[in-house]
Amino acid sequence: MEVLYFAWVRERIGLPKERVETSAVTVAELVEELKAREERYAAAFADLSALRVALDQELAEFDAPLAGVREVAFFPPMTGG
Amino acid sequence: MRVAVQEAPFDFGAEAETFARGAGGAGAVVTFTGVVREADSGAMACMEIEHYPGMTQKALEQIATEAISRWDLTDALVIHRYGRLAPGAQIMMVATAARHRVAAFDAAEYLMDYLKSRAPFWKKEILRDGSADWVAAKDADEDALRRW
Repeated sequence: MEVLYFAWVRERIGLPKERVETSAVTVAELVEELKAREERYAAAFADLSALRVALDQELAEFDAPLAGVREVAFFPPMTGG
Repeated sequence: MRVAVQEAPFDFGAEAETFARGAGGAGAVVTFTGVVREADSGAMACMEIEHYPGMTQKALEQIATEAISRWDLTDALVIHRYGRLAPGAQIMMVATAARHRVAAFDAAEYLMDYLKSRAPFWKKEILRDGSADWVAAKDADEDALRRW
């Protein structure tokens, strides 16, 4: 699946998107996999309460299942307007 | 309904005029424009607005569609910019048209509250000394959603 990062999450991880092969069942499991990769991921995902997630461009929760999902995006709370 | 996500500036007067003219049957048109505020320190060079291209248009359309059905609006308009904007520049505007004033005002407030916290935009203040800070979401913005 495609994993996208925005705002300071993108800056901390150092890339806007990447293709990730995963067998994670939920978003939270995917986060754990990413955190285990490298320090920059661990830093970006240190506080999940400071993050939001979208699955196929719809806001979702961290316990949401990943089955059938093609695009996961992680970002801080939005600041539009 | 029109939703536009664009880098280019928009002409607030012309947009408001066109919207009001097209709002057939409405007795009330409300417009709101957000402007890039100068930082308190006066040290801000510009505001950079990042967004999530695939999701932004869809999220704004969902928010506008909900407002139209909830307040029985005759029309709604949302324009939101991204990219680098100087202090004083217009960031976004919403317009609502309804048969009566209260519905038009409430729907415009609803649009603003939701697009602040539920549309995928992120603001970064770039200061004159070259440093930059992401604008943090406020608890008050999240609380504002609960009144709807």
